[in-house]
Amino acid sequence: MVYFFQNFLNALQWGSFYALIALGYSMVYGILMLFNFAHGDVFMTGAYIGLGTALFFTMIFSSGAVSVVPGWIILVLTILSSMALASILGMIIERIGYRPLRNAPRASAAITGLMIGIILETGNLAILGAQRFSFPSIIDTVTWEAGGIFFTNKKILIVAVALFLMAALHVFIKKTKWGMAMRAMSYDPLAVPLMGVSVNIVAPMTFAIGSGLAAAAGVLYSMAYPVLDPMMGVNLGWKAFVAAILGGRGSIMGAALAGFILGFIEIFVAMIFPSTLRDLIAYSIILAILTFRPYGFFGQAHSAQLRL
Amino acid sequence: MFLKIENLRVSYDKIRALHGISFSIDEGEFVTIIGANGAGKSTTLRAISRLIDADEGSCMEFLGKSLLDYTADRVVSSLGISHVPEGRRIFGNLTVMENLRLAAFARRDRDRISVDLEEVFSIFPRLKERESQLSSTLSGGEQQMLAVGRALISGRRVMLLDEPSMGLAPLLMLSMFDVLRGINRRGTTILLVEQNANLALRFAKRGYVLENGHMVLDGTSESLLSNPEVKKAYLGG
Repeated sequence: MVYFFQNFLNALQWGSFYALIALGYSMVYGILMLFNFAHGDVFMTGAYIGLGTALFFTMIFSSGAVSVVPGWIILVLTILSSMALASILGMIIERIGYRPLRNAPRASAAITGLMIGIILETGNLAILGAQRFSFPSIIDTVTWEAGGIFFTNKKILIVAVALFLMAALHVFIKKTKWGMAMRAMSYDPLAVPLMGVSVNIVAPMTFAIGSGLAAAAGVLYSMAYPVLDPMMGVNLGWKAFVAAILGGRGSIMGAALAGFILGFIEIFVAMIFPSTLRDLIAYSIILAILTFRPYGFFGQAHSAQLRL
Repeated sequence: MFLKIENLRVSYDKIRALHGISFSIDEGEFVTIIGANGAGKSTTLRAISRLIDADEGSCMEFLGKSLLDYTADRVVSSLGISHVPEGRRIFGNLTVMENLRLAAFARRDRDRISVDLEEVFSIFPRLKERESQLSSTLSGGEQQMLAVGRALISGRRVMLLDEPSMGLAPLLMLSMFDVLRGINRRGTTILLVEQNANLALRFAKRGYVLENGHMVLDGTSESLLSNPEVKKAYLGG
């Protein structure tokens, strides 16, 4: 039982990463009917941006070897600045990668995404070299124990920040005029300009938000697994893509929920079976689910509208 | 000249839909373009609102500015030319109020927006009743009201209307056209395209007849209503 709860917490943390990344896939699909296959590498780039900004803020806020501000301030600044910078990256990807292809066949856009992903990976290798970087421990790890279950402050923080961002996204899409424009575009993109709203504002904004969330996932992931490598977005990115499909294309709630479900399936499979079999079994289960629910949990056969 | 269209040509792929049509509208007019299905009526409106590109050599001017310099969203937000499209195209996943608010997206004049919203609700009290309802649950007539209401908010200098009578019961049709006449009297220039020529010519002051991408006739509504060819082709004898 203790073992179960311990893994429950791990699954929540693991699911947080998937959920945050899956949201970006699903939102972009809801708006533009295309999957941004560079999204996993935006997550990776977000982690590296987080590394850079974390080192930067640690440097400017320290005198000698002592930090003059508490670690959590540096952490907040790191997350926010990484999200902001990754958002700009997302807008650039939309502008140069996808906008010229808006009327091109779907396959072209898919290939473009894969290419942008490769450019981000190899660009990273070219600039930073092949060595692995370790992410600074911005805040000290504190471990609590309750009834034999161990909690770390980082684990709780990761899940809390992820849930907070998902709630913020929900409010943004439901309450703001920007969110309203995104929903409208997912319903009928051709009618959007007739309202005086430029599609070229809504589309980059969607990329910006998705990329910001991926970067947040990147920083949170690096806090838990502090070794960065240029290919780290490939595995996680594809799995988060699976979560987006499992949740139902365009569904915000679905992507978030499926991200967590994926985390749970993986962690609990690993609880029972040897870890080398983890993905084999976990993804066979998901394949079976999709056989019965081909449009995912909250998906619809004939539409991929953005839904809360 | 208020709105001047000269030699407008539009092609879909290689097939030409409009073969260089010309017409013009003065401020405050209520003008209609009638024609059969496939004559190019919708294409004309879509070219004016820049949803589709006009071919080389086409000229479209609004108050001396070339429409070709504007993107579709800026035709609405900067020039005040709104377009009520064929089939209404309301956002069914948004509430009635959200649809109207979206039409105000690009506007900066907050105080005027609430005045305009009040006006829309006074013209269409039905929309006020259904304010927080998902607009996909509206009836066809209510959806048309919403589409016209949105146009009043997004840009009210010129309203381009594409088959507003489509799918409406005769009585609803008449009351919708009465509303349009009222909107026109309050200063909005209206360009209406209609298959229902009889109805359109009874409300518009002037009309053009579009046939296979050519403007073949124009004149006052009275002259067109009594024109034997128009009678034969569009008014059922």
